[in-house]
Amino acid sequence: MNFDDTPQEAEFRAKARAWIDANAPKQYESDLRKASLGRVVLKDANVLDVAKAWQKKKADAGWAVPHWPKEYGGRGASPIERVIWQQEEGVFGKLTAMFIIGQGMCGPTMMAYASEDQKRHYLPPLGSGEKVWCQLFSEPAGGSDVAGLRTRAEKDGDDWVINGQKIWTSGAHYSDYGILITRTDPTVPKHKGLTMFFLDMKSEGVEVRPIKQANGNSDFNEVYFTNVRIPDSQRLGGVGDGWNVSLTTLMNERMSIGANVATGFPELFDYCNSLTLDGTPALDDRAVRSKLASWAVKASGLKYTSFRSISALSKGQRPGPENSIGKLVAGSMIQEVAMYALDLQGAAGVLSGPEDADVAGRFQAMLLRSPATRVEGGTDEILRNIIAERVLGLPGDIRVDKDVPFNQIPTKGRA
Amino acid sequence: MNFDFSDDQKQLRDQARRFLAEKSPPRAVRAVLEGKADYDRELWKGLAEMGFLGVAIPEEFGGTGAGYLELCVIAEELGRALAPVPFASTVYLAAEALLIAGSVEQKQKWLPKISSGEAIGTLALFEGTGNPSPKAIKIAASNGTLSGTKKPVADGAIADFAIVAARTGNSGREADISLFLVDLKAGGVTAKPLQNVDPSRQQAELAFDGAKAEPLGAAGEGWSILSRVLDRAAVLIAFEQVGGADRALEMGRDYALDRIAFGRPIGSFQAIKHILADMYVSATLARSNCYYGAWALSTDAGELAEAAAAARISATQAFQHCAKQNIQVHGGMGFTWEFDCHLYYRRSNALALALGSQSYWEDQLIDRMRQKNAA
Repeated sequence: MNFDDTPQEAEFRAKARAWIDANAPKQYESDLRKASLGRVVLKDANVLDVAKAWQKKKADAGWAVPHWPKEYGGRGASPIERVIWQQEEGVFGKLTAMFIIGQGMCGPTMMAYASEDQKRHYLPPLGSGEKVWCQLFSEPAGGSDVAGLRTRAEKDGDDWVINGQKIWTSGAHYSDYGILITRTDPTVPKHKGLTMFFLDMKSEGVEVRPIKQANGNSDFNEVYFTNVRIPDSQRLGGVGDGWNVSLTTLMNERMSIGANVATGFPELFDYCNSLTLDGTPALDDRAVRSKLASWAVKASGLKYTSFRSISALSKGQRPGPENSIGKLVAGSMIQEVAMYALDLQGAAGVLSGPEDADVAGRFQAMLLRSPATRVEGGTDEILRNIIAERVLGLPGDIRVDKDVPFNQIPTKGRA
Repeated sequence: MNFDFSDDQKQLRDQARRFLAEKSPPRAVRAVLEGKADYDRELWKGLAEMGFLGVAIPEEFGGTGAGYLELCVIAEELGRALAPVPFASTVYLAAEALLIAGSVEQKQKWLPKISSGEAIGTLALFEGTGNPSPKAIKIAASNGTLSGTKKPVADGAIADFAIVAARTGNSGREADISLFLVDLKAGGVTAKPLQNVDPSRQQAELAFDGAKAEPLGAAGEGWSILSRVLDRAAVLIAFEQVGGADRALEMGRDYALDRIAFGRPIGSFQAIKHILADMYVSATLARSNCYYGAWALSTDAGELAEAAAAARISATQAFQHCAKQNIQVHGGMGFTWEFDCHLYYRRSNALALALGSQSYWEDQLIDRMRQKNAA
């Protein structure tokens, strides 16, 4: 048992580290360190511009999507090398947030289902960040039950005509392309009538409306489709095979091993370390110590759980199911941490302005953003179902709509 | 990175699991629980024959000298099987105190007997309610003898010798405390078994009345030796806790698959699934913290104190959580004497308090993190 790299891993790490040392946008390093959930602010710069510039620089040197094949803009790195890259990129990795969905989910789906010409055309600019992609899955009527989606695609000559509405689309407002799952046959059971496409977000009839979130920011969007035409050549997978295609996408979402999930703990510990309560250090307070200790072992538990998965990758094995706990643990933890940090501030914890609030209001921003972490990318409840069914082997839930034609499934609860 | 046990260590785990499945089934645990024996002598002999008692004791003192990672592997299996033997007291506490602070003569006298199963040892630290603290130690040593009472002492009534923490000064500092080795069969000690929440492992009161006591380690070094012993034992007991947590999770999962209510397996209800998923989460966090503790223990790393506290806290939470939720999944049957759920519930709560309760380990963890931060 050890934490050492193999000689090849050490060589890769040294190469990655040297390149990052020479090229990373260090002028933003301290701002990025201070960034936490709900607040990333760079002095005198637009985060989007800085992120795109960093991504392009990496792409020119072959570091943008190291684990992708060379012909699509990567360097053919192994899974463990990908993890090492992420470790070395460290705080600058926060700049890749806007590319995660495109590169992590749309890219692999294109790789699996697009034609060779399409892959060579679309993937390199996706990797380099010159083109940003979004994923158009969730709908008002299909969140956790994503297969309940209602956006229609109807064949018309060589095109498909799309009508409907998506919601919770991250980054749609700055995206160039998207992958879109639609219903092509409402007369068959819900999983069987779906078809996947990719499209140009500038197509006529696509309207993106930012959602004003509960925390006042707008990271997500509603996307409306009115008679949008997509050529059949942009279909991904067979007609009616959209559900299987979407599973490829979602599988990739869960492969984010080694990416640090934010727990809020390092921020809270730093805060308590410099805080005084009634004239004595907060870290001398029994109640504070107890709370911190419980969160500390969750944070370290997650860290060493990812080390176990990384060790499996290092041996060329598939990681076990242990990594499935990450978002479930971190999501609710960061919310509790934020609430506790405000509690420690007493009545002044209510203040959220960077000028008035402690540590520039980072915990207030975290508090207001954190409810979403327990919902986005799979709710806590869906994640528990996944652990129970796929890891522990418990039977699936009874699905009353499974064999019913989609157009006969009730759409209202109480009339 | 190779943050995992080796293939040989995994083989050892399989071997220990098979051995314990045969020698320490629930019926053997119940025999001790129900007072038919004070510990399982057959199992103890078997553990000696397998070389498990001396797995971290060097060959020169009769052990196999395999190492601490191997001991962690065995501890996990003992915890999973609820082994009703004085392993923790003898191996994690007494043997470790001897290895850290014993003279060559003391090691030569006792370690081979521990390895062979001939001697049971324990640590006599507590004196009634409260957590480990120099101030809580009242029992005093004078002229090579000890007088006073220690309780609870794990396995105190079946032990052959005890490492006793006693007061040798009154400055109010840690340097007041020294350790002594007392041969419990040499007279001057009365042992009384005490009722406890997990009778599958014994607790006792030891009353010393002029008992002959030889120093273990230098005078005034007692507290620092003790801290090191407790850190090591914390990692090992955490592995027992993880083993117990995993087994409780399995029991709950199996019952949820088999039990039918409302016309379907109860494991198909989300209310049950989510209980079991949360058990998996806490067991997984604990296991990962324990692996870090195992690494620190096996390399005698500077991080041991912090790693041990994290493993200890996390594993205590996980075992208590899994054992209590296992009963919940079982419903009424979980509260019968006949079902094994209560064996795990009892053990989880007893192990939570061995070596001091959560608040003690929380303090240890935060103190270490603070020191690291200041450095």
